[in-house]
Amino acid sequence: MSARNLRLTAQLDWTTLGLVLLLVMLGWLNVVSATAEAEVVWDLTGKAGKQLIWMAVCAVLLVGLLAVEGEFFIRTSVIHYVLVLLLLMAVLVVGKKVGGARSWFGVGSFGIQPSEFAKTATALMISWFLSRDGRPWHTLATRLQSLIILGLPAGLILLQPDAGTVLVFGGFVFVLYREGLSGNVLLVGVGLLVVGVLTVLIGAGTSDYPWLGEASGYWWFLMAFASLGTLVLWLVHEATLPRNRKRIRRWGTALLVGGLAFSAGIHWGMEQVLQRHQRERIHVLLGIDVDNPDADYNIRHAKAAIGSGGLVGKGWASGPMTAYGFVPEQETDFIFCTVGEEWGFLGSALVVGLFVLLILRVLVLAERQRSQFTRIYAYAVASIMFMHFMVNIGMVLGLAPVIGIPLPFFSYGGSSLMGFTLLFGILLRLDAERFSVLR
Amino acid sequence: MELKSRDLEGRQKILGAMVLGVGLIFILRLFAMQVTTSHWKNKAERLTEEQETLQPARGLCLDRHGELMVTNAPSYDLMVVPRLLGEVDTTSLAGILNLDPDELVTRLNKASRYSRYKASPLVRQLSSREYAQLSLELWKYPGLSIRTRSVRQNVQGLASQIIGEYREADREDLNRDDRYQLGDYLGKSGLEARFEHQLRGTPGVRHHLVDVRNNVRNTLTELDSMPVPGSDLTLTLDAQLQAYAEALLEGKRGAVVALEPSTGEVLAFVSAPSYNGNLLTGTGRGQAYDSLASHPWKPLYNRAVRGTYRPGSIFKMVQGLVALEAGIISPRTTIVCNRDIIGCHGAHTSDDLKHAVVHSCNPYFYEVMRRMLSQHDEQDKFDNARLGMGWWTDRIKRFGFGTDLGGNLPGTRSGLVPDSSYYDNIYGRRHWTFRTIYSISIGEGELLTTPLHMANLAAIVANRGWYIEPHLVRDVGGRGKPEGLGQRREVGISPEHFEPIQDAMQAVIDDPTGTGRRAKLAGIAYCGKTGTVQDGSRADHSVFMAFAPRDNPQIALCVYVENAGAGGEWAAPIASLLIERYLTGTVSQEMRERRILGATYPLDPQFAQLP
Repeated sequence: MSARNLRLTAQLDWTTLGLVLLLVMLGWLNVVSATAEAEVVWDLTGKAGKQLIWMAVCAVLLVGLLAVEGEFFIRTSVIHYVLVLLLLMAVLVVGKKVGGARSWFGVGSFGIQPSEFAKTATALMISWFLSRDGRPWHTLATRLQSLIILGLPAGLILLQPDAGTVLVFGGFVFVLYREGLSGNVLLVGVGLLVVGVLTVLIGAGTSDYPWLGEASGYWWFLMAFASLGTLVLWLVHEATLPRNRKRIRRWGTALLVGGLAFSAGIHWGMEQVLQRHQRERIHVLLGIDVDNPDADYNIRHAKAAIGSGGLVGKGWASGPMTAYGFVPEQETDFIFCTVGEEWGFLGSALVVGLFVLLILRVLVLAERQRSQFTRIYAYAVASIMFMHFMVNIGMVLGLAPVIGIPLPFFSYGGSSLMGFTLLFGILLRLDAERFSVLR
Repeated sequence: MELKSRDLEGRQKILGAMVLGVGLIFILRLFAMQVTTSHWKNKAERLTEEQETLQPARGLCLDRHGELMVTNAPSYDLMVVPRLLGEVDTTSLAGILNLDPDELVTRLNKASRYSRYKASPLVRQLSSREYAQLSLELWKYPGLSIRTRSVRQNVQGLASQIIGEYREADREDLNRDDRYQLGDYLGKSGLEARFEHQLRGTPGVRHHLVDVRNNVRNTLTELDSMPVPGSDLTLTLDAQLQAYAEALLEGKRGAVVALEPSTGEVLAFVSAPSYNGNLLTGTGRGQAYDSLASHPWKPLYNRAVRGTYRPGSIFKMVQGLVALEAGIISPRTTIVCNRDIIGCHGAHTSDDLKHAVVHSCNPYFYEVMRRMLSQHDEQDKFDNARLGMGWWTDRIKRFGFGTDLGGNLPGTRSGLVPDSSYYDNIYGRRHWTFRTIYSISIGEGELLTTPLHMANLAAIVANRGWYIEPHLVRDVGGRGKPEGLGQRREVGISPEHFEPIQDAMQAVIDDPTGTGRRAKLAGIAYCGKTGTVQDGSRADHSVFMAFAPRDNPQIALCVYVENAGAGGEWAAPIASLLIERYLTGTVSQEMRERRILGATYPLDPQFAQLP
């Protein structure tokens, strides 16, 4: 028993653990500052105190996870996954409605968010599914089944609705990419993003049409897109060798029609599905003038808080923007504003750097695995971290839409911290066992 | 298959590059926001830092003896932060504030447009009593608060027209001087406006950190500065004399200007009807102003410097002085009272200068004026009149007539002394002679003077030939008289020529038949001259100018009572009461005082017969 423990401490990746612990400590300092509760930390009544309790709970959880054999996680993957699906369904029925979304189980003054655990469970499930023998990626059945495994929890979360977490599930595309998904899928994704942005930008304005008078500028865009697309397709078609033309024709037409359909869908969604405040948020992000001073209130104040930090910041617990309530949700989704205001460019760049280092380190762990399961799982961890990092910090910097997802290990909140502890605890245990896996 | 696997291993580099790329974009973005621009920093400061202006105490106004005339009093503005007030029952709030509900909604909307997060005034200048009542209800409304500010209080309500108004700066003021901000107060008229820069002082500033609800959370002291109080203004007015003069003119229209002849300092300055300037502060300002502006007696019109009247027979003394100096007459020259050419009054046939002044003999001064205008030996009568007129106008203007007397009093009007070109414009060149314009010889016709001009004339006669431009300020902030005040002016008449004039003016009062006999004061030998100025079909204006005592004059003054009758009936007794009060501090003529104080329009002719 003792020999085994010795081996565990020797094999444990202290770099990853160190980075995580550092982020948690820095995060907690910022929560204390953002809630302006430095004086009530130790009586555990305030948010900073509560977070301290969560940190203790998660430390125990981490030790527990490291003590469990890795094989246990692999074998129980399906059970976790099914359990989480049941919880996600249950929360839609008995969940507490907070901020328009039914995503919480209320337990006393604490709340638990099953979607935070869904990420870990889905990561285990997809790793188990893809690492089993006889499931080569190139068969259509594997692809469809993978899509279902990822789509089920994502769909349930979309019903809550919690767009941010769904977006995180989108990160699994990187896992699939590493396992063999065509790079073209990523390119098409980028292409669709460009089409979507253009659709919203042009659709927000109006245009004067001959015979029809003034109408949404979108129809003009749609016509231009269709005619230009056809022209380009024809030119490419003529320029390729005859034996490749059939393929060009088939894929090009599919892309063009798909793009047009996607654009029309986005336009319809913007006009018919989204509510006014959601539409305004997207417009604000794209720099379209919104006739509502409150529409960009959050992001304006968030940017002012970060920008006012200067090179070295205003010092811990000395940022008036965050201390005096100008930044919304400042201890959770907008926690990075506190970093920006109080620690300045140097501190913010350090935190960004730590996140990048952590994600890159997880990629390194992934590639040193003999076990396919562990490799896929590590990629899932890296992808989830990357999505959180990109969307959260992108949001407060005004580069991504205002979508509420926490900054891992930094934001206040027990479910989030516990979810990421599970994610990393399992990874660390699996990684520590990498030499005991036989090929 | 092996190849494929290695191919896929390469994909970790692409994913790693993406992570690095995103991190790099974030760091560049952070650098741009935090280091290369102060845009966001300024934005944050605008949100979190609030500058509180510390208004300096405005300089006080004191009278010549140091008695307090204008001081500062606290007043309370009700402020509203629309975001904190939220939805309220405007009807009940309007009831508490004593406002029309529609008006309240209008004001709340205006405040919201200004800022939803910052306080703006909802009701200005509540009195202490209104504030006390309101404070009982205030706790119910989270967005309402009280801002204390300082307003002017005229201690006795004296000299309001000349002290002027102190009120909120309007758009024009803000554009003209960027030291004022919306909501600041400044002197808008009178001395408050003229000495605004000295009275105002320098505002201080205090920097606060506020939270999103605009509560003050912290202070930043390194940039703060303390306000520097404004300079006190010591006026030349004698508050007691001023109060007495205002009381005597109560219920009448007219003016009193009293000067200290040796200094040109204004001792009393009344335009009646006067009003209490304190009415024009606080919530009732608009209403009070409207009622003053629409009053048929025009209380806002400062008759003492802006009221222009024909000088009447008082002007005859000036004519006499100019003629004496030019050698056209001597004190012993007598002229027959020929009433065929111009009407006269009283029993006299042939007067010398002294008696002509005492009797106010019209033919005498008609003849004096004729001689002055025809002293040039031109063949052409038109040229002769033109030359004579030019000569005459120059000399009259040296008495200050037709000028603003240095313009040291706010709003001074020049009046009118006609000259040759003036008559050329009216009658045409070479179309007028002395016979056309003779009425100016007795102070009628086109001549126009203000009560200030007449008081200044009394000072000139008292000083025997010079005056100091009248002014109202003795000292600013202990630095003495402002530069430019106290210019001495010579009128170009030798002192000895004043002897017969002063004799005549003393006789006006001392002679049992003198027109100023009702102004006689036991124990004070002084000089005066009545004037009776026609005003169309209405009763004449009653005018009296005087200085006292004759030796070593202390006070020179002029009293106008509009449409009251002859100068001796009303203006002269009022002047005598003021003189006695100023010189002795007491009033011995109680009957006289009671008659004046009780008199209102229509001034009772029966009553007027009493001594």
